[in-house]
Amino acid sequence: MSKFLVFTESHNGKIKRSSQELLQFAAKSGSPVVSLILDPAAEALGLEAAHHGATEVLFSKDADFESYNPEVFTTALVEAIQKSGASTVLASSSSTGKDLFPRVAARIKAGVVSDGIEIQASGDDLKVKKPFYAGKCFATATFENTAVKMVLMRPNQLPVMAGDATKTASQSELSFTKPSLKTLIKAIVKGTSEKLDLTEANIIVAGGRGLKEASNFKILNDLADVLGATVGASRAVVDAGWVGHSMQVGQTGKTVAPSLYIAVGLSGAIQHLAGMSGSKVIVAINSDPNAPIFQKATYGLVGDAFEIVPLLAAEFKKVLQH
Amino acid sequence: MKVFVCLKQVPDTETKIKILPDQSGIDTAGIKWVVNPYDEFAIEEAVKFKEKNPTAQVWAITSGPKARAIESLRTALAMGADEAIVINSPDGLDALSTAQALAKTIQQEGGAHLVLTGKMAIDNSQSSVPQMVAEFLGIPHTTVVSKFEATAESFLVERDADGGTKEVIQLMSPALVAANKGLNMPRYASLPGIMKAKKKIIKEVEFSSLGITTTEQKVRYSGFALPPEKPPVKLLSGDVASQVSQLVEALRNEAKVI
Repeated sequence: MSKFLVFTESHNGKIKRSSQELLQFAAKSGSPVVSLILDPAAEALGLEAAHHGATEVLFSKDADFESYNPEVFTTALVEAIQKSGASTVLASSSSTGKDLFPRVAARIKAGVVSDGIEIQASGDDLKVKKPFYAGKCFATATFENTAVKMVLMRPNQLPVMAGDATKTASQSELSFTKPSLKTLIKAIVKGTSEKLDLTEANIIVAGGRGLKEASNFKILNDLADVLGATVGASRAVVDAGWVGHSMQVGQTGKTVAPSLYIAVGLSGAIQHLAGMSGSKVIVAINSDPNAPIFQKATYGLVGDAFEIVPLLAAEFKKVLQH
Repeated sequence: MKVFVCLKQVPDTETKIKILPDQSGIDTAGIKWVVNPYDEFAIEEAVKFKEKNPTAQVWAITSGPKARAIESLRTALAMGADEAIVINSPDGLDALSTAQALAKTIQQEGGAHLVLTGKMAIDNSQSSVPQMVAEFLGIPHTTVVSKFEATAESFLVERDADGGTKEVIQLMSPALVAANKGLNMPRYASLPGIMKAKKKIIKEVEFSSLGITTTEQKVRYSGFALPPEKPPVKLLSGDVASQVSQLVEALRNEAKVI
């Protein structure tokens, strides 16, 4: 029977929702589930990992794990895979997961698939569905010639229940020999936003050229604050310098799949639609009833964004306070 | 001092994707192929590096079906690359096989002081080949780089992490750097550059000569399909206030996402 290892990430002292998804998915298969926690605060997180389905916790509190260094993390993850005997290794398609998994896969000559949106495990069989061309089409990956299968799953693709506080797991500390480093982390400059990254956000409010100028993104920020949403943007306004590239949704930006995507003044170029059409519910607010965005939208409002958005923020504020 | 730029050719972002009847892949007939947009930032950074370090030589390298892939190298040459190599390989190689082919070829050419790539290719968004090439070359890497500066023995780079966080990283050379949008503004090829690129002899390497066996292929894709059709949009009617309250009601009680 295959054994799972979940590279478990945390945010503000809690296991990230994206990692909870993977622990719970792995636990459902009935196989043993190892949670690997590389974090100076690992001790506090081990029990939480058990609540979400880990049967073993492998951790390191080494100060080197304070920030992400590919060389240290690669050595530790390779050691953890070998020590645990895991054959299916999972992480979220986060900034860290995406950088780390391919380097590990190359070192141990394993297959790796990134950006999974569906995953099926039965016995030794593993199938992962992922988008191509940022969602213009989809295909299913299968593995061959590999003892270890590595998968990066996009956040928000798998269900999460509340953890079971009665569950426990054996905990052991991971020992490994640190490599001599050729990568030195000099500084970490935190983003100004406390919000979730677009790729992990459950609600996104995105704006396009219809907002007319950069300062008008304020109405989106106000709406996003009410909803706890992250703000995104079209390529046109990123190229115009209104907002940073980290906010771009689309084929040359981020591919997103939130529960709710509210597109404001955004016509819906093919590259943008590719990047967000995986969203569960799409709301389009646009003055042009022929804008392509309406072809992908669940609900459409034809009208003036500057009138609609502030009203929408006020209305949500009212209902969410109850 | 050699700088290698790894390129991938991808369908233009405007491409409407069609699926082959047996679902083994996409129908490539009529597709306009372009250099992967992130790789253009890598070419630009390599050429800028050469402008500051006249002893540097920029080598563009790609792996793919020769007849087609060679065009991406002509673009790189026209932008200022000095030499180009195509690894003539079948379509559909996975990341691990591709990375080994690139790393082996770079080694055969005497290795690199700096390897530049895009952070990902926009066809499969796999974001794997750069890290794997670095591993096979035994050099450090940084991905998603939006700022790059070379010093005597190292590179100082800025990496865009999740949530707008920036990581400032020093990489000892030789190293691999994978470019994000924002690193630079890729130049347009000049007419003399395009003429020169047309005449340039591109070095050819056969994938089969590199000793990479079929067991190195670990991942296979099948069942290509278009996304399911969406039901038509529900256009809300009435005055603005009424549309807004209908929407809030629908999101809460029909779609249940709020």
